Amino acid sequence: MTVRPVIPPTLRSRAGWAIADAWVITSRELAHWARQPGAVIASTLLFPVMIVLMFGYLLGGAMTVPGGGDYRDFLMPGMFAMTMVFGIGATLTAVSADAARGVTDRFRSLPMATSAVIAGRAAADLLNSAAALAVLAGCGLAVGWHPHRGLTSALGAFGLLLLLRSGFVWIGVYLGLTFYPNPEAVTAVRTLEFPIGFLGNPFVAISTMPAWLGAIALWNPLSSTVSAARQLFGDPIGARPSWITDHAVLMAVAWPLLLTAVFFPLSVHRYRRLSR
Amino acid sequence: MGIPAIVCEGLSKRFGQTPALDGLDLAVPPGAVHGLLGPNGAGKTTAVRILATLLRPDSGRAEVAGFDVASQAAQVRARIGLAGQHAAVDEILSGRQNLVMFGRLYHLPAAVARRRADELLDRFGLAEAGGKPAGQYSGGMRRRLDLAASFIVAPRVLFLDEPTTGLDPHGRNEVWQVIRALAASGTTVLLTTQYLEEADRLADVISVIAAGRVVATGSPDTLKSLTGGDRIDVVLREASELTRAATLLQARLGGDVSVDQDSRVLSVPVTDRLAALALVIRSLQDENITAEDVAVRRPTLDEAFLQLTGPRR
Repeated sequence: MTVRPVIPPTLRSRAGWAIADAWVITSRELAHWARQPGAVIASTLLFPVMIVLMFGYLLGGAMTVPGGGDYRDFLMPGMFAMTMVFGIGATLTAVSADAARGVTDRFRSLPMATSAVIAGRAAADLLNSAAALAVLAGCGLAVGWHPHRGLTSALGAFGLLLLLRSGFVWIGVYLGLTFYPNPEAVTAVRTLEFPIGFLGNPFVAISTMPAWLGAIALWNPLSSTVSAARQLFGDPIGARPSWITDHAVLMAVAWPLLLTAVFFPLSVHRYRRLSR
Repeated sequence: MGIPAIVCEGLSKRFGQTPALDGLDLAVPPGAVHGLLGPNGAGKTTAVRILATLLRPDSGRAEVAGFDVASQAAQVRARIGLAGQHAAVDEILSGRQNLVMFGRLYHLPAAVARRRADELLDRFGLAEAGGKPAGQYSGGMRRRLDLAASFIVAPRVLFLDEPTTGLDPHGRNEVWQVIRALAASGTTVLLTTQYLEEADRLADVISVIAAGRVVATGSPDTLKSLTGGDRIDVVLREASELTRAATLLQARLGGDVSVDQDSRVLSVPVTDRLAALALVIRSLQDENITAEDVAVRRPTLDEAFLQLTGPRR
């Protein structure tokens, strides 16, 4: 059988092919799930569940939430957001592994849409994170957490979390394309995930921190999403009133857009630089 | 048939201060297997990456299958296959899943992509392993999967960048067989290698490159004769007689006689093979020097390679 490829003639059919190509890349990631369910469960699902149990029960007894409220209710939105942070490492690892092993080069040598490699990655990572959120929410329900303000607000909160993740996708792509030649750097970046969490409000109320640390934590993009999610779930917020906390939902929209505005062009730039 | 499959004119590329290509010229006719032979760092991979549209040259131009690699990259990509130094396949997916995925990215309809994947698995001897994750394949199998992936649309031009580096002799033989079969089907192949034997076995024409430019081009036989034609090797019984024999043969035949003490071998460059052979034997008999073996041979590609890529004069 001799097979000839076809090049799309019009702009419109090109757009259609870009979507089809991106879907092929996304379904590659979904096929990974089917091939290695154990690895996916262990890395993206089991770890956050373990942290919930550790913080919720082991450390949670010693935690009080300023302004009152149950620590596990306080913790769950933080853990949802931390799962989005862990996603940076997942994106980074996948992107750098493809670049280092020549898979990215193979894609670049194919007559496929250039944008599809990154777009397909982003879609796959969002699906991955949505699944992780679902499992973690199930875990939260099991330890007594539940949304207090109805389904619409809860879905809004999950939407904001995934919006944050979409901003993080571009950080992961950018770092992956930057650091792929040395795996040590990739590992080093991954170890920064927890400190990002501790420099924010996922685990601890900002009002309990020293003023200088509290200021950093307050302006950590992660904190706005966590505060907004706490508001929308009706969970204790544990923060003194401040402009940024009062406008948490607005900031939870603004921060991811800003991250995307910075890291999407940087990612595209890095991708183009592969041919320099 | 008129259009060359590959043309490079004055390709140059530097990475920072390091020049990788320094005015590379190349012309490969359709259907040929062309070897790019050179030591590490000679610019072989850079040349392939430019031709496969992965890298932009700083200056010069290149055409593949009649299309400019810089301004008509999409047309080029639709007509080439690339197997780089890594076996660039997804290790978690099965061999079949890999081929179907790459087929879809060539925009084959799903059913065609599946049919083509099975056909290629069969042809590349992977039918049985088709359902296993590529990560569990042996080195040779993975390279064959990689080659199969580069052959999904029966490319006009196939780029193979050191296709057997890191393989054991068994795996290397497997890959050689596949490459010969691909070449026989009419695809133009540009093959880089640092193994002389590989170039000798596979390529119709070899370009030797050093420091980013072509220093010699020709068939393996032509390149071998560039080192000065045939040689006669004489193995002496007594190492102590080497010097005396070397002086003698130098005087009778002229030319640079090289001496290898360890193997007790004298090597004499010659022009008229049979006359020289007779003269060598007679000279040795005259002086009562005992030879264990005398043989006329063509120079090896190794000698040609070392001479061509050695320090520039």
